[in-house]
Formats: sequence, structure tokens, C-alpha cells
Amino acid sequence: MNTRTSTANTRPAVRCEGLRKSYPRRGVVLDGLDLAVAPGTVHGLLGPNGAGKTTAVRILATLQRFDSGRAEVAGCDVASDPAGVRARIGMAGQYAAVDEVLTGRQNLVMFARLHHLRARAARLRAAELLERFDLEAAADRPVRHYSGGMRRRLDLAVSMIRSARVLFLDEPSTGLDPRSRNEVWEAVRELAAGGTTVLLTTQYLEEADRLCDRISVMNHGRIVAEGSPAELKARVGGSLDDAFLDLTGRPALLTPRSSPPLRSPDTSRGPRDGMRGVA
Amino acid sequence: MTALATESRTAPSRFAWFAADTWVVARRHLVRLVHRPDELLGTLLIPVMAVAMFGFVFGDALGAAMTVPGGEYREFLLPGLFALTMAFGIGNTTISVASDIRGGVLDRMRSLPMTPAAVLAGRSVADLLTAAVELAIVMALGTLLGWQWHGGVVALLAAFGLLALLRMAFSWIGILLGLPVSGPEAAMKYFSLLFPLAMVADTVIPTDLMPTWLSGPASWNPLSATVIATRNLFGNPAGPATSWVAEHATALAVAWPLAITAVCMPLALARIRRIAR
Ligand SMILES: Nc1ncnc2c1ncn2[C@@H]1O[C@H](COP(=O)(O)OP(=O)(O)O)[C@@H](O)[C@H]1O
Ligand SMILES: [Mg+2]
Repeated sequence: MNTRTSTANTRPAVRCEGLRKSYPRRGVVLDGLDLAVAPGTVHGLLGPNGAGKTTAVRILATLQRFDSGRAEVAGCDVASDPAGVRARIGMAGQYAAVDEVLTGRQNLVMFARLHHLRARAARLRAAELLERFDLEAAADRPVRHYSGGMRRRLDLAVSMIRSARVLFLDEPSTGLDPRSRNEVWEAVRELAAGGTTVLLTTQYLEEADRLCDRISVMNHGRIVAEGSPAELKARVGGSLDDAFLDLTGRPALLTPRSSPPLRSPDTSRGPRDGMRGVA
Repeated sequence: MTALATESRTAPSRFAWFAADTWVVARRHLVRLVHRPDELLGTLLIPVMAVAMFGFVFGDALGAAMTVPGGEYREFLLPGLFALTMAFGIGNTTISVASDIRGGVLDRMRSLPMTPAAVLAGRSVADLLTAAVELAIVMALGTLLGWQWHGGVVALLAAFGLLALLRMAFSWIGILLGLPVSGPEAAMKYFSLLFPLAMVADTVIPTDLMPTWLSGPASWNPLSATVIATRNLFGNPAGPATSWVAEHATALAVAWPLAITAVCMPLALARIRRIAR
């Protein structure tokens, strides 16, 4: 996947320059954010809790305004053409935004209709997505009886109703067991292979490392480092753990039950041995 | 996939999309109700309790105070409870809007190529249809108690129209209250405020039995106009039409809800746009 990052001279699918945002009582949250995401790549916004990741993604998805700077998504200016942005993006927020009382299928059909698909097309699309996200057996059960992983998969399915050019995923695997998380990763890889640009936020190194072509490390509302996983590792001559600790002053979170202990730079890598694109 | 994604109706007008989106949102709320009919209980609890309390426990006493038989008091009471049912529907509206904000559903809808106004309009349409079900239940209960309408079909439909107008007004008040609320629990606070507001009106106790300092405000309560007007339309006893409000009840029963909606609807639409800040 890393090879795709070399298609450098195409126009970025997501670009922002000097993005600033502050809240009345909280103060500065985005402190001049610069970001460029190459089309068709999976780009990770990696940072500790409170770094401003959610704010950045919500601004790019036109859900929130910003104070100054410039932002462009899929060729549309976020400030002056939010409708253009909305027509080209998919968004899955930090919490599964589905109706708990409706069934999975009813949720998908409803959101497909709101995407302006015809009734028949909406039903077909719902069936297609239920199959793709392995939710067929639970399709006609109310979402409140779903497990966390199933909910997340449904949320992802909803955000993929339109084959969006750019997909924003806010902490897509937070709260998932390893099996569900792998399914979500697989789905994200498939999407990227199909040409969708994915910008995801994460607090997990393993996720950034295994899933992303490029990583922007974010802290206190700005990008403190940027590169492929291999480049970031090469820069500190150690692991991403070290890079993260170095850049943010905080240890990264471990993916539940699947990462080796922290502070084990090169030897006992365990599950992360298959790291791609070693420098 | 690409074929599906590009297949949408050929350029309908913006209003046609607004209407279609509104209906999709409204249907969602109605489907919810089929899954969870118990969500109606919150609205029906107080009117049904009032049927029991005022219809039976205090019915004869209140009838005596009005110098009419208890049965006639119950005829007087039921239109008041119909209006109360419309008013208490506001709880469902506010909780629904607040939960959609907390759960992120509103955000998701805002990130779709649909107008956010349809999200609110859909809620309001669902409220009206839900109110029809609630009204049917309270009416059935009233009929069991001996309540009936004595007017013609046109008068009956006109009464339904006035009650629908009232529900529309409360729907937009509820939406406006739900929008800034941080969760369904906070929304519940407003609900307790509603109780005195709904009682200090010509709903269950005739205003001429209230102390004079209370009967003035009670008759100007928007609920009172609808109650008096529907009592007249149903051919139920309405008490003497001595106040200005009682004399102009039908006109006020149209004007009040329209005025409330005209204030609350634009405020709610402005607020949903402001959420982005
Ligand atoms: N609506 C808001 N009002 C005030 N402060 C906010 C708001 N949203 C987020 N914040 C603050 O902005 C900071 C960054 O939040 P967020 O973007 O959610 O970070 P992250 O997603 O990286 O954890 C946090 O300190 C948070 O408390
Ligand atoms: Mg966040």
C-alpha cells in the first residue's frame, strides 16, 4: 500500500493550511494545522486524547466551523462549498451514530434514502452492505441488541452508502475486540484499494502502523511529525512507540490484547513483525 | 456500486427533496414507535391519570361546584384532556431531538447532502401522526366514560384540526428546547415545568372556579382557547362564555398555535445552523 504514496504530484484529496479553531472557554484547540492527504491513500491522524483530532475531522466534514486557515476536501473548499464537500465524503464519528431502536437494515435503508437513492436502490444497497460487513444474520434485529463491534460495522456500512471519494473515520477501532477490529481494518483496506481516500484518527500505534500509508502525529492542535510509518521509525531510530513518546511526551495507547508490551523497541515485536515498508 | 451511487431521481426541485427527506425522517420516528410503543406512555400517562382522577375521584365534586351533574363534568373534562395530550407530547419531541444530538445521528444527517431543516420538519410531521394515535386512545377512553360529541362531522374534523395545530405549536417548542440540550436527562427538566403550565388553563378545572388572580392568566394560556373552541365544536358544555378569550376562542385557537410556530420554527432552524460553531 505504501507504494501508492509515491503518486505525489496529484492534487491532495484533503488539504488544510494553517487551520485554527478555538472554543470560548477552552481556548486554542487547533493551532495552525497543516495537512495534505494524497488521493487513494489511508492517512492516519495519530495523537493522544485531547490533541484536537475529532475537531479537525469534524471541521473537514463541514460539521463545525473554523476560525481561520484554509481547508479543501475532494477539490471543494470547506468554507465556501460545504454542500460540494458533503456530496463527496463519508463520515463515521467517534460514536456509532445509528438509531438504536431501528434494525440494522432499517438504518441503512433510511440513510440511503437520505442520500437520495430511490427506494429500490436503497434496499439493494442496504442488502449489499449488510453482506459486506457480515451483518446479514443480525440485519433485522434492533441495533440496541448488537455488540459494540457489530454497531461499529453498521456505522461504517452507513458511512459507505455512497462510494465516497473521501472517508473520514474518527477512532474507527476504539472499543472493538481484536476480531471486529480486524474486520474494520480489512474493510478500510478494501476501500482504499478501490480508490477511496481515508483519513482516520487513532490513538493506537498498531493501527497507524498496520493500516496507514502515512501518519501525521498530532499534539496540542498541530502536526508535530509526518511521514510513512517507516520514515517515522527511522527518524528516531527505534519504534513508533519511541517516536510517539518523543513527539508528544506521552506514551501511546496499546491496542487491547494484541500489542506487545511498550518499551520493546526492536527485539520482541510479536504480532507487529509483519511491518510493511521497512526503511 | 458506482451505478447505484449515481442513480438518483433526475433533478427534482429543492422543495421536492425537502418533502421527500422530511417524509423519510418522519417515517423513521414512526417505525421506532412500532418497535417501542411504550414510548407513547410518557405522553399518555398524565391524560390517562387525569381521566381517572378528575373523571372519577373528583368528578362529582367538581360537577357539584359547577352546579352540574358529574356526567356533565366529564363531558366538559374530556376536551381539556385532548388538549393536554397534545401538550404532553412535547416530552417525546424534546427527548428525541436531544438523543439524536447526543448519539451523533443529527451530525450524521448534517453530513449528508440533505437540508437539516428536513430533520426537524420530519420530527414535527411524526409528532402530528403520533398525536393522532394518542388522541384516538384518549378519545376511546373518554367514550368508555360516557363522553361523546354532539356536533356534525364537519365540526368534528374542525376540532381535530385545532388540536393538530396545537400539537404543531408544541412540537416546535419541543424541538427548540431539545436542540441545545446536552442529553435526554436534561430535557426531562423542562417536562416538570409543563405540568403547572398545562393545569393553569381551562383544561380540567373551569377557570371560574379558580381564584381571580389565576383565572386571568389561565384563560390567556394558549391551551384554553383550543379547549373552549373544541368544547364548542364537540357540543360539550363549555361554561359561560363571559371572558373575551371565550368569546373569541376559535379565532384564538388558530392564532395562538400559528404565532407560536412562527416564532419557534425559525429559531429552531437558526439554532440547528448554529450547532456548527
Ligand atoms: N464543543 C466544544 N467546546 C469546548 N471545548 C471543546 C469542544 N469540543 C472539543 N473541545 C476541547 O477541544 C480539545 C480537543 O478535543 P478533540 O478534538 O475531541 O480531541 P481528540 O479527538 O484528539 O481527543 C479537548 O480539550 C476538548 O475538551
Ligand atoms: Mg476524539
